[in-house]
Amino acid sequence: MKYSDPYLSGVALGLVLLAAFVFAGRGLGASGAFGSTAAGTVALVAPVYASDNPYFARYLSRPGGPWREWLLIEIAGVIGGGFLSAALAGRLRRGVERGAGVTVRSRLAIAFSGGAVMGFGAVLARGCTSGQALTGGALLSVGSWAFMACTFASGYAVAPLLRRTWR
Amino acid sequence: MSAFLLPLVIGIAFGVTLERAGLGNARKLTGQFYLTDLTVFKVMFTAIVTAMLGAFWLSRLGVLDLDAIAMPETYLRPQIAGGLVFGAGFALAGLCPGTSCVAAASGRGDGIAAAAGLLAGVLLSGFAFPLFLDFYESDAGGAWTLPSLLHLPYGLVVLMVVVVALGGFAVAERLERRA
Repeated sequence: MKYSDPYLSGVALGLVLLAAFVFAGRGLGASGAFGSTAAGTVALVAPVYASDNPYFARYLSRPGGPWREWLLIEIAGVIGGGFLSAALAGRLRRGVERGAGVTVRSRLAIAFSGGAVMGFGAVLARGCTSGQALTGGALLSVGSWAFMACTFASGYAVAPLLRRTWR
Repeated sequence: MSAFLLPLVIGIAFGVTLERAGLGNARKLTGQFYLTDLTVFKVMFTAIVTAMLGAFWLSRLGVLDLDAIAMPETYLRPQIAGGLVFGAGFALAGLCPGTSCVAAASGRGDGIAAAAGLLAGVLLSGFAFPLFLDFYESDAGGAWTLPSLLHLPYGLVVLMVVVVALGGFAVAERLERRA
């Protein structure tokens, strides 16, 4: 099945974000789910260290603890919704998206390192494309718009070096 | 119950819309950076405009209290640095945190690798957090908005964002036809 029209998809996504504003009093997010998972995992192994670390402690002190974090439940929904939608559209397929210029193994290594770099960036910026760009963008937050501009500027600066990954 | 059900339902809707738009596919997503497929820009800015207009009008009609919505606080320099780092990772992975989950859920190994990398990156940043805590907390601007930055009325800034987005869509369509 073909992908939906980008503008219609955008309106739908905007309505999901608006529903979060109205019914939950907050926006969408994604990197926070990773932060909460990291904090919960560290707390299992080293509870004293985790509650002394200012980054992990924030997630641990939330009501319900790190495993009941709003964004973690939301991301569980994203995974379920993504699976459901791909299954219904006949797009459920095991594979690795890559260009002819790279092997599967190096594409996986590049994706992993890209993820790790994004993880650091999202911690620094207090959010990612969901919590900052989408949510803060719609709420006209200055920091979110600065984050968005810098994300695209940096993406465009780095992408030409990676052309072989996709061609 | 709604503490569990609400984020779950919102998350499912979020995941479905990302997947429908094709944003669970890193090859489609990276077209943005090579100007061959500007779906990312179109979906993102249509979503921002839709939610922004919705929030504006619902608050005008007295249905929604904007002050009750959690507003991302601005820490300008850390967010500029974070954006520059994040953008490089985005171009490398070809996916962002939310879309890597959708890619993983639809069976893509690169989505799983990017999500695993994200967890590793956040974990390491957490361990190193005390080293950059001062920078992280620096340049605090509070709940700073574009209307207060520009000294313009909220409604006018909303209109300006709509106009800029419409101009951006026109440019995006031309770039795609050329590609």
